[in-house]
Amino acid sequence: MSKLLEVKDLHLKIEDAEILKGMEFSLKKGEVFALIGPNGCGKSTLAYSLMGINNYHPQKGEVFFKGEKINELAINERAKKGITLAWQEPARYQGVTVRDFLALGLKSKGEEVTEEKLRDALNKVAINPNQYLNRFVDKSLSGGERKRIELASLILMHPELIILDEPDSGVDVVALNNIADMLNYFKESGSGILLITHSEEMLKYADRAALVCEGEIIRQGNPADISEYFKSFCGPCVKEEECETEVAS
Amino acid sequence: MNDYQMMVDAYKDAGGEDIFSDSDVAHVVLERDKILGMHAVDGLEVVADKVEANKVKVKVTVREGYKIEKPVHMCFGVLPKEGKQIIDMNVEIQKNAQVEVRADCVFPNAVKVEHIMDAVINIGEGGSYIYKEHHFHGESGGVEVIAKSDINVEAHGKLVTKFDLLKGRVGKIDFDYEAEIAEHGTVEMLARISGQKDDLVKIREAAHLNGESARGVLDSKIALKDQAEAEIYNELTADAAGAMGHVDCTEIIKDQAIARAIPIVDVRHPEAKVTHEAAIGSVDSTQLQTLMARGLDEEEASEVIIQGLLND
Repeated sequence: MSKLLEVKDLHLKIEDAEILKGMEFSLKKGEVFALIGPNGCGKSTLAYSLMGINNYHPQKGEVFFKGEKINELAINERAKKGITLAWQEPARYQGVTVRDFLALGLKSKGEEVTEEKLRDALNKVAINPNQYLNRFVDKSLSGGERKRIELASLILMHPELIILDEPDSGVDVVALNNIADMLNYFKESGSGILLITHSEEMLKYADRAALVCEGEIIRQGNPADISEYFKSFCGPCVKEEECETEVAS
Repeated sequence: MNDYQMMVDAYKDAGGEDIFSDSDVAHVVLERDKILGMHAVDGLEVVADKVEANKVKVKVTVREGYKIEKPVHMCFGVLPKEGKQIIDMNVEIQKNAQVEVRADCVFPNAVKVEHIMDAVINIGEGGSYIYKEHHFHGESGGVEVIAKSDINVEAHGKLVTKFDLLKGRVGKIDFDYEAEIAEHGTVEMLARISGQKDDLVKIREAAHLNGESARGVLDSKIALKDQAEAEIYNELTADAAGAMGHVDCTEIIKDQAIARAIPIVDVRHPEAKVTHEAAIGSVDSTQLQTLMARGLDEEEASEVIIQGLLND
């Protein structure tokens, strides 16, 4: 199967701090690839860099989406090609209803906005459309509710590549189950998913996984093995002397 | 087409509802100093008189205990490119009376137009007055609005004012609202304005929570771009036990726009509390980039955020 996303030797510095130090991995269509690592290891920076967020442009390295180099593309241009990012902490929007927020993804793709599509997307993330469609996407919604609404917006966009940054953070068990269902849904729909997490629990939903440490992938392969390694050596970090840092293929 | 029909059309173009043929809906239609239409309902009295050139005196009374079911519609405006309209407004909401007014001020062709409103509003004990004012000034920026209101809310009375100018140019706006609130009375003053080019917005809203357990909210949301400027002065004082209030001013600026917010919070009783929040800045980058990751370009994403803020 051809590569949906290919990241080659990605380096990113912010001020004097080297955050990404030669990241390299690839992801196929219909695959969930998880990046796990402790807080501060560069996972979210990688997510922002792949999405083209301002101030997160790599100084070195290449990012290919379906074989096309996308380093120079703006956020919305990447989105139009089929890439999107679900933030760890979804933004709040005063005065923007759930209905309007969900409709944005459809409109930007030039698709017709129908009540049925909006309701169907909300039902898929276990949100009652009758209760939520006219609510504002603001601080009146809990973190879990906002994450589910974000997922609903992704359903409507049906992107080819979804970067999920810590989808499990700050959510309750119900929302967590829902996220797991959504991962399956996106996968079955053919989307590739880059799942960024610091929780080894999430690795059970991945097809492949990689361990990130201080801006580098130090190990990648089977999610169960990566999970075991992460539990044994990274929580808490055992430091260099005991850590096997060779990169698995 | 006669002036009345042109005013009604301008009102509808500005988003007003088609209510002028509904006998259950009270209305007043004024074009400069011409009283083009007037209709009252049971419990509501409206008297309008031209007192001098360009000046009309309007007296609105809601009689004691009456609850006016449907919102009263007031349509003010100037149709030609140049003109002046001065309205001397007196509103009396008697004890336990309730009314909601929707005022649409339309200046669709304005190049050099002045609209001056001088209002005295008294809300009797237990009375309620909700005043929603919607402006449409056209695209030239040639409108100057000067509005002054002296408001008195008696015990258990309620006042809500909501002003919005979200489409077209502002021109120049200078508001000065002052309200005195007695025990258990409430006041909410909300302003939503979108300014552009060399528009100038000056708002002074002051509410004095004089009575025990009086409540007040002053809330302004302003979006400015190009060379537009705004100065928002919100003053809330509380000098009785249980008086509580909040001042909130949010201004989003782009380009060379300039915004100033001056919140004054004055508390003179240990059991009173007033809070304030003011934020001036550009569009939040996380909000912006989240929308761009949905495929919107930067301009479209900014517009969604700004319109959301103004619709809040």
